[in-house]
Amino acid sequence: MGSVLLASALSWAQKPDGGVPRADSAVPPPESMAARVQACVACHGREGRATPDGYFPRLAGKPEGYLYHQLLNFREGRRRYPLMSGLLEHLSDAYLAEMASYFASLEIPYPPPRPPGVDSALLERGRHLVQQGDAGRGLPACVQCHGPAMTGLSPSVPGLLGLPRDYLNSQLGAWQTGQRQAQSPDCMARVARMLSADEVSAVSAWLASQALPASPRAVKSLPQPLPLKCGGLSAGEGS
Amino acid sequence: MRRWIWGGALLVLSLGLAVFAALLWMGWRQAPESLPAAAEPSVRALSVDRVSRGAYLARAGNCAACHTAQGGMPYAGGRAIETPFGRVYSSNLTSDPATGLGHWTEEDFWQALHHGRSRDGRLLNPAFPYVEYSRVTPEDAKALWAFLRTLPPVARENTAHELAWPYRTQWALAFWRGLYFRPSVWRDVPDQSPSWNRGGYLVQGLGHCASCHTPRNVLGGYRLGAEFGGYHLPAQGWYAPSLKEIGQAGVEAAGREEWVRVLKTGVGAAAVVTGPMAEVVSQSTQYLSLDDLRAMASYLTAFADAPGRAAVSEGVRSVAASAGSAGAGAQLYERHCSSCHGERGQGVTGAYPPLAGNRAVLMAQTNNLVRVVLQGGYPPSTADNPRPHGMPPFRLVLRDDEVAAVLSYVRNAWGNSAPPIVPLDVLRDGGASH
Repeated sequence: MGSVLLASALSWAQKPDGGVPRADSAVPPPESMAARVQACVACHGREGRATPDGYFPRLAGKPEGYLYHQLLNFREGRRRYPLMSGLLEHLSDAYLAEMASYFASLEIPYPPPRPPGVDSALLERGRHLVQQGDAGRGLPACVQCHGPAMTGLSPSVPGLLGLPRDYLNSQLGAWQTGQRQAQSPDCMARVARMLSADEVSAVSAWLASQALPASPRAVKSLPQPLPLKCGGLSAGEGS
Repeated sequence: MRRWIWGGALLVLSLGLAVFAALLWMGWRQAPESLPAAAEPSVRALSVDRVSRGAYLARAGNCAACHTAQGGMPYAGGRAIETPFGRVYSSNLTSDPATGLGHWTEEDFWQALHHGRSRDGRLLNPAFPYVEYSRVTPEDAKALWAFLRTLPPVARENTAHELAWPYRTQWALAFWRGLYFRPSVWRDVPDQSPSWNRGGYLVQGLGHCASCHTPRNVLGGYRLGAEFGGYHLPAQGWYAPSLKEIGQAGVEAAGREEWVRVLKTGVGAAAVVTGPMAEVVSQSTQYLSLDDLRAMASYLTAFADAPGRAAVSEGVRSVAASAGSAGAGAQLYERHCSSCHGERGQGVTGAYPPLAGNRAVLMAQTNNLVRVVLQGGYPPSTADNPRPHGMPPFRLVLRDDEVAAVLSYVRNAWGNSAPPIVPLDVLRDGGASH
């Protein structure tokens, strides 16, 4: 009896609101931006860090312009995922920009990549496409737009590391079929449609197996101009 | 004897044919009355004032919501509207001469709004709510038209409706109109207040509230005597609650100012708009003046049911109490819901709605409740609530039986009392066991 009383007194002391402690018990204050994006983190993980073994991509630390454009794309039907479109349907541009800015500002360590689980020949093929592309058929290398370390180009070109392989596969596939689109001219659709199914698989496997560099932030400029004309970029970006 | 039967059958058949022909004729004829030619003030005085009034009225009619496709140019049409009879595509209302209303006149517009007829005389599909818009006064119709004329031209060819036979035929529309449509402008009721009449004009006219909130029969006509009685929207899965019942969205249930607040901001002390109503607040009612919203509330109050008709009877209470999964439901609530909605379902004003005593939680029609848990949702960004809080989607987090358990718990905790929800309800409303 005494120990029960003591235990309840202790838990009372720890949680003054009387609530039972939760695994991620940090409840953000209602006025905070963290509270306003609770609907996002159900799938994208606490603070948008993604969930272990999950499909849903990380949001934390992605370039602000990229996140904002994706929110607009979902709201306006250029990207299709009913849960996302439904959530964003009646939110203003200004609020979506604020959400994008919030997630872009979060600096959260990346977990180590999972072992690739595919043969080394496929990985090597993926590495080659990512870093060299295929000049013979006009296929640019990923690094030409997404940055030498594939951490993205601020503010609108996303990084490619720290994403689940399934997610990368499905995005490249969605671009090939037109399920995912970006503002016109849709450069990523052009690139994706040049890839075979095996190449998509190779690129995704290699990207998903790479650890983030010491500085995971998107770069501010590229060593050379963008190889393609892309919509949805800010003025001067990539030039 | 046999001759009698044949004679009777023939009589019934010919009577039926006569009624059908009469309805067809009534639906076709509906002699177009032209716009009354009022003395026009000077062109200058007309333009600015009339256009801004027209813009306000277009908000009241929520024209842009249907006449804009997802991600499309405003008023350029092309949005698919699902009906039990097929898919209807909204038309291009911009001033583009080739694909929009560029060649239309004010008179043509009146024919559409008041008579439901297109410029070429074709009968329009009543997904365009001309049953209600017909009540708009000629003066307001002129203002609306003046506003529509100012829309920059957008070239977007109209999409043909995809309707099943016979619903796509003109004679079917004529028959339907014979049954359900009489063009007539709203007339004020002399012994009611100006506010009540203004509210009635908006609710019954441009607001076209009945379009969703009044139940319809198999032909898509309003069920007689059931005005604003609540309706399961076909092909959408949402339930438009009754605007009369205390236990649903009756004005009296919420209190008039709370009702007005929800329509103005999207959030009230105990309510958050979701589903199709979020679109209505987002595109229409948030732009209406408080006077107009109060007038609408005042009008709808007259429809309220007697307070004695509570949502949940005592008989149901005992069923609810015997529901078995309270333990599992309570644990799920603690884990997934309580950090926002509170240990006692009290919520946080302005951010998270209370669940204790919440009519959306307790309603007998549980579709909306289940859908909100599965899909989550944000109320709209409005001028008064630009950064709303959102509900996370739980479709990928909870199984159907868990959704059922937690909702059954919520419906019977903290003084709440309502029948439990079973996994089949969740499946029916879009869940997927996994």
